[in-house]
Amino acid sequence: MAGVTPDMTQDVGAAVTAAFHAEWGRVVSVLIGVTGDWDLAEECAQDAFAQALRSWPRDGVPRRPGAWLTTVARNRATDRLRRGAVEAARLKEAAMLVAPETAGNDDESGIADERLRLMFTCCHPALALEARVALTLRTLAGLTTTEIARAFLASETTMAKRLVRAKHKIRNAGIPYRVPPAHLLPERTGGVLAVLYLLFNEGYAATAGADLMRAGLCDEAIRLARVLARLMPDEPEAAGLLALMLFHHARRAARTDEAGEIVTLEEQDRSRWDRSEMEEAAALLGAARRRDRAGPYLLQAEIIACHAAAPTAAATDWAQIAVLYKRLSDLAPSPVVELNRAVAVAMADGPAAGLDLLATLERAGPLAGYHLLAATRADLLRRLGHRTEAAAAYREAHGLAVNEAERRFLARRLAEVTGQP
Amino acid sequence: MKYLLFICADAAISLSPGQKEEIPRAAQAWVAEMESRGIRLQGHQLRPVSDATTVRVRDGEVLVADGPFAETKEQIAGFDIIEAADLDEAIEVASKHPVSWFGTVEVRPLWQE
Repeated sequence: MAGVTPDMTQDVGAAVTAAFHAEWGRVVSVLIGVTGDWDLAEECAQDAFAQALRSWPRDGVPRRPGAWLTTVARNRATDRLRRGAVEAARLKEAAMLVAPETAGNDDESGIADERLRLMFTCCHPALALEARVALTLRTLAGLTTTEIARAFLASETTMAKRLVRAKHKIRNAGIPYRVPPAHLLPERTGGVLAVLYLLFNEGYAATAGADLMRAGLCDEAIRLARVLARLMPDEPEAAGLLALMLFHHARRAARTDEAGEIVTLEEQDRSRWDRSEMEEAAALLGAARRRDRAGPYLLQAEIIACHAAAPTAAATDWAQIAVLYKRLSDLAPSPVVELNRAVAVAMADGPAAGLDLLATLERAGPLAGYHLLAATRADLLRRLGHRTEAAAAYREAHGLAVNEAERRFLARRLAEVTGQP
Repeated sequence: MKYLLFICADAAISLSPGQKEEIPRAAQAWVAEMESRGIRLQGHQLRPVSDATTVRVRDGEVLVADGPFAETKEQIAGFDIIEAADLDEAIEVASKHPVSWFGTVEVRPLWQE
């Protein structure tokens, strides 16, 4: 095959793994594009990677692994359709598959478009949110059903059913395989970004269970956000989301100590922040900022950029952060944003000012039962030296929190304010 | 693809006099637009559920009862069968139906062999 350069010194296993991360979504999306059959596309992509494991050690790693894998997968699909072709219609389909084997076939931008189509279809609003998430992980990131089930603490049977149901709905309800037309694009892009951010958050802070980081999901979310940002260079929110993820991810090593306990932003060892990731995020922000159309993801990334720019916690520009939260709150009002704004105002203007905002938020009521509301009130009361009231609020937060690391953190703070070991 | 649109609304909802005039007019305009685009194949408004009868046959016996099959807040007030390119077009068509502005339009693909 053209483009294959035998090089036995290469670590073939690593090359196949790298190709899997880089090319799986691309191969599957191209195959769905030509066959219209999601299951066939996945099976043929799997076959192509299995074939790579067999032939690359013998023939060397091809110069363009993606093109090699796509061709093998496409040939496999042609074979399968031919073999299964009893009706004339099927034969015609098989014939169509052979046709695109021409020059320009490996064109990067053409193939890239396929992945974008796949993203928009997986994140279609007519699918349940959990189905969108599962489908994105399966078809774009190539995670197995078992891996997805484990990540979302669901049984494998449940997850398999969810994936099958989603694929059936795409076919039976006529969900189009395409990037939506311009008039639908803004709202649909928001849906894609939301699924990717949900994936990231699920990995960053598990909502239940003992481990705070499920790094694999974060990596997949960043990988997919990178693809999206590259495919939609005119969408500042795509760059904003990628920057936001990178800023969070850069702090992962400092977020917990050796024992797995939470370290607050204030107490984090900033030398453990990943500077190269932060620089990449800052560069993305710089480019997106020039477009002068700040959306919620970009603003959230700007907020973390303020933290990243501060050499010490004490040097943080809290006044600027409070301003950014106000802009975010005006643009996308949410009680959680208001809670964060209260923290920023407390740090800029003193705990009392923050408590005033919290009181307003508590009267409005939407965050009743949210452990971070009680935890924030506790923290501000502690800073004011109101130890008894702070202890009561820490107890309340502890009772509401689900994550084990968060519960231990709150218990520690409670012991501090009550003066008990 | 063919879809059936269930046009559903809460019978207890009170519309303003302005809405009472505007909605039938908007529905007529919707029918005219969708027929001219070759999308709407057929459809009709339905009499209220107070005029509904349910029929069941159990052990060979025909059981007839007054009223709708299920007591739900929103009731089917009408239906339309449309031919759309895909779900996105069906959604666009449904979102232009005036009842979707205060009620619900359920979009169901017809069973295809």
